[in-house]
Amino acid sequence: MSAEQMRLRITFSKTAAMRYTGHLDLHRAWERAFRRSRLPLAYSQGFHPQPRLNLAAALPLGFTSDCELLDAWLETVQPVEQVLQALTLALPPGMVVRSLEQVDLRLPALQTQTQSAEYEVTLLDPLPGLAQRLEALLAQSTLPRHRRDRDYDLRPLIEEIVLLAEDGPGPHLRMRLSVREGATGRPEEVVDVLGASPTSARVRRTRIVLR
Amino acid sequence: MTLPVLSPSEIELRLERILPGVQKPGRYTGGELNQVVKDWQAIETHLALIFPDLYDIGMSNLGLAILYESLNQRPDALAERAYLPWTDMEAAMRQAGIPLYSLETHHSLADFDILGFTLPYETLYTNALNTLDLAGIPLFAEQRSNAHPLVIAGGHTTFNPEPMHAFMDAFVIGEGEEVIHEIVDAYQAWKRSQAERPALLRRLAQIPGVYVPSLYQPHYLESGQIARIQPLADAAPLPVRKRIVAKLPPPPTHFIVPYIDTVHNRVPVEITRGCTRGCRFCHAGMISRPVRERSVEQIVHAIEDSLEHTGFEEVGLLSLSSSDYTHILELVQAVSARFAGKHLGISLPSLRIDTFSVDLMDALRGARHGGFTLAPEAATERMRQIINKPVSTQALLETAAEVYRRGYTTLKLYFMIGHPSETLEDVQAIVDLCKAVLAEGRKVIGRRARLNAGVSTFIPKPHTPFQWVPCDTVEQITAKQTLLKHSLRDRDIKLSWTTPAETMLEAWLSRGDRRLSQVIYRAWQKGARFDAWQELFRYSAWLEAFAEAGLEPDFYTHRPRPLDEIFPWEHISSGVRKKYLLEEYRRSLAGETRPDCRESCFACGILPAFADLRRENPGEAWKCPEVKSPAPRSNDFSRYTVTGETQLDAQGSSK
Ligand code: SF4
Repeated sequence: MSAEQMRLRITFSKTAAMRYTGHLDLHRAWERAFRRSRLPLAYSQGFHPQPRLNLAAALPLGFTSDCELLDAWLETVQPVEQVLQALTLALPPGMVVRSLEQVDLRLPALQTQTQSAEYEVTLLDPLPGLAQRLEALLAQSTLPRHRRDRDYDLRPLIEEIVLLAEDGPGPHLRMRLSVREGATGRPEEVVDVLGASPTSARVRRTRIVLR
Repeated sequence: MTLPVLSPSEIELRLERILPGVQKPGRYTGGELNQVVKDWQAIETHLALIFPDLYDIGMSNLGLAILYESLNQRPDALAERAYLPWTDMEAAMRQAGIPLYSLETHHSLADFDILGFTLPYETLYTNALNTLDLAGIPLFAEQRSNAHPLVIAGGHTTFNPEPMHAFMDAFVIGEGEEVIHEIVDAYQAWKRSQAERPALLRRLAQIPGVYVPSLYQPHYLESGQIARIQPLADAAPLPVRKRIVAKLPPPPTHFIVPYIDTVHNRVPVEITRGCTRGCRFCHAGMISRPVRERSVEQIVHAIEDSLEHTGFEEVGLLSLSSSDYTHILELVQAVSARFAGKHLGISLPSLRIDTFSVDLMDALRGARHGGFTLAPEAATERMRQIINKPVSTQALLETAAEVYRRGYTTLKLYFMIGHPSETLEDVQAIVDLCKAVLAEGRKVIGRRARLNAGVSTFIPKPHTPFQWVPCDTVEQITAKQTLLKHSLRDRDIKLSWTTPAETMLEAWLSRGDRRLSQVIYRAWQKGARFDAWQELFRYSAWLEAFAEAGLEPDFYTHRPRPLDEIFPWEHISSGVRKKYLLEEYRRSLAGETRPDCRESCFACGILPAFADLRRENPGEAWKCPEVKSPAPRSNDFSRYTVTGETQLDAQGSSK
C-alpha cells in the first residue's frame, strides 16, 4: 500500500535570507519546492497526509550551511538527472542542491544516522587571547551549562575545535560537535564559553557526519 | 526623530548585528521567492507598499499583493514592501539607528517617492504614525516638503478618512487597481514640472477617487457637530466618489512565498467583489457594491497559475458571500475535479446558512480539516429582521445538524451583541441558540460535538444604514458579556468575545472627525501602537489623549445622531445614496427586511453613480441591471452626479 518508489538523499546549502527559516518552515519550503517542480512527491496516508520529507539535523536560526541533508520520497522512479534539474529550477533563493542521489528505500531514518557536524565560526568582534581561551576551554573535563531549563555538560559534546586564525576577517574556528539524538552540541554555546557574544558570531555548518 | 541617511549596504551591515538577537528575524530580511527586485537607479518612480503591522499579518493582504504585481509590471516604476517591526526589533533598530527600510532592496522608506499605506482597519492608525517615525519622516502632512515622499493611504477605513487627515497627503477611496497608476502618472508629471508640493496635491485631487484632505475645511457648530465641509480649491471635488474597476482584472498569481509562517499562508483568489445581501450593519457590503464576478474559467486558471509559481498547499476562495456567486456549484465541481489527489486544501469562507453550503464544502474534499463556520449574527428572528439577515432559526438548526452529520466535530458560530434595540432577552437568545445547536450536534455525534461561539460587539459604521445609531456603552456591553459568560458554561462550548475597550477604540476611530488626529497623535506619543494586539493595547493612553485634546469620547459613540446630521464623512461617497441608507434605517426600525437586490434593483445609487461604466460593460460582469439610457452629453465622470441619479432612479424602481 505504500506509494513510495524512490528515495532521494539531497545535500543542499542554506544561505542568505533563508538562514532565518526555522526547521518546520524549512520543511514547508521543501514541500513547496517539490510542488513547484511537479515531481511526484509522496504523501503519507490517512486523514492529514504529510509530505514524505525528512531533514537530518535542525540547523539553529541564523546559521548558514553548505551541507544540509534531506531524504525525500517520490511516488514513481525518475531519472536522477531530471530530478536535479527540476529541483534546481524550483528552489527558492537561498537554497541550492549540492548533490543528489537515489538511496535504498530501507535505509534507517536520517536523524538516527547523524553522528556529528562541523562548523566554521567567524567572530564579528575581535576576541583578545582567543588561542589561550580555547586552550583553557579544551583543558576542562566538564563544562556545566544551563539551556532552556535544562542542565547539561557541553564538554563531552565537543569532539574537536581547531583555531584557524586569531583575528582578521575570519573564519576563526572550526569545530566538530556531536549531533546524536538527545546529545547535540551547539556552536553558540561554545562561543559563549569562550567569552564572545553568540549574536556576534557567524556560524556556517560545513559537514554532517553520518554513522 | 531625525535619522542619518543610511544607504542599503549600511543598513544591511547594522542589521547583521541585530537580527540574530530578535524574535523571528525572518520577518525582516526579504529575499523570498517571487519578490521583485528592480534596478533602483534605472527606475523613475519608487513606491513602498506598507501594511503597518507585522510581516506575519501583512503578507496575507490581497490588496497590496494586487498593487505590487501590477505596479512592478510598469517599466518606469518599482514597488517594494515594508511592514512594522515588533517591539523588540523596533527597540533594536532605534538603538542601532536603522530607519525602517523596504524588504526588497533595504532602502530607507525616506528614499522612496511614494509611500502607500493600506489601512483596512482602524487599529492600524497608531502603527502608521510609528512607521513614519521609524523612517524619520515628519508625521504631519503639513510639515513635509519636496524632500519627503508623498504619503497616501487606501483600504476600507478611508471611507471615513478624517481621523487620519493630518498625517496623509492623500487618500484613495475605493478600489486601487486603476487609480494607483494614475497617481504614479500624476507624480511623474509633477516631478518633471519641478513645481512645489501643493501643485502635486492639486493634480492628485483631480483624479477621481482621490481625496486630498488639505483642500477641504470642515466648519463646526457649537455642539461640535459639523456645519458644513468646504472645498478650498477649484480642484477639490465635492463629494469625492469612490473608484471601482468596471471588470475585475485577472487576479494576481505571482504571490511572494514567505520563508516563515504567516497568517493565511496560502493563495487567495477573489471570486467575487461586492455584496448585495444588504445586511444593515455591514460596512464592507455597503461600500463594495456593485457585485462583480469572475468566470469559473478565470478562477481555475488563476489557481493553476498561482500553484505553479508558489507551490502553496492551500487556496482560499474569497468573497463577501461565497454562496451568492452565480456559478458557485460549477466552480466547486471544477476545482475539486481539477485538483483532486493533489493534496490541496481549499477554503471557502462566508457561506450562507443552508444545507447547500454543507454540500459545497463536502464537494471540496480535503477542505474538511478545521471547522465549519456560520454567521447568524443575531439569535432571534426579530433581531435578524432588524439587521436584515433574515435566516430562520429552523434553517440554522437544520444546517448545524447537517454539518455535524457530515463529519465536522466543531461548528463555529459568529454573533454580534449591541445591535440596535437589542435587549438582554436577545442576548439570552444567543445562549439558548448555542445550546440548541450543540444539542443537534450531540444527537448526531454524541459527546464529540463542539461549538465555538464568537461574539463581537456591533459598531455602527459610516456609510451603513446604522450610521445614525449610538453604540452600546461599556456598561451595557459588560452586562451583556457577563450574561453570556455566566450562561454559556459548557465544557463543549468555547466562547470568545472582544473587550469593550477594543470596541470603543474602533468606534471612536471609525466614527471620528478631524479632531481625532490630535487624539491619535497624543495616544501614539504615549506609546499606543499595535492596538489590535491585546497584549500591547493601552486603553488608558487613549482616554488620556482624549482628555488632553479636550474631546469627549462619548460624543462620537453614544450620541444618537439626528437624521439631518452632517457626518464627518459626508463629503466621501460610496455611491450608495444617503437617502437609501436612511430608508433602510427606517425599514429596520419598522422590522422590515429588504431582499437581495439581484432579484430586483432597489436603486441604492450605485447604478447612477457608475452608469457610464455599466453602459460600457453590459451583461454578466455586474449583478446590477443594465443601463440602456443614452450617455449624457457631458461625459465628465467627476461631475456626473445629480441629474444622472434622478434619471436612473425612475428606471431602477420601475424594474
Ligand atoms: S444599483 Fe440596484 S442592483 Fe445595483 S447594488 Fe444598488 S440596489 Fe443592488
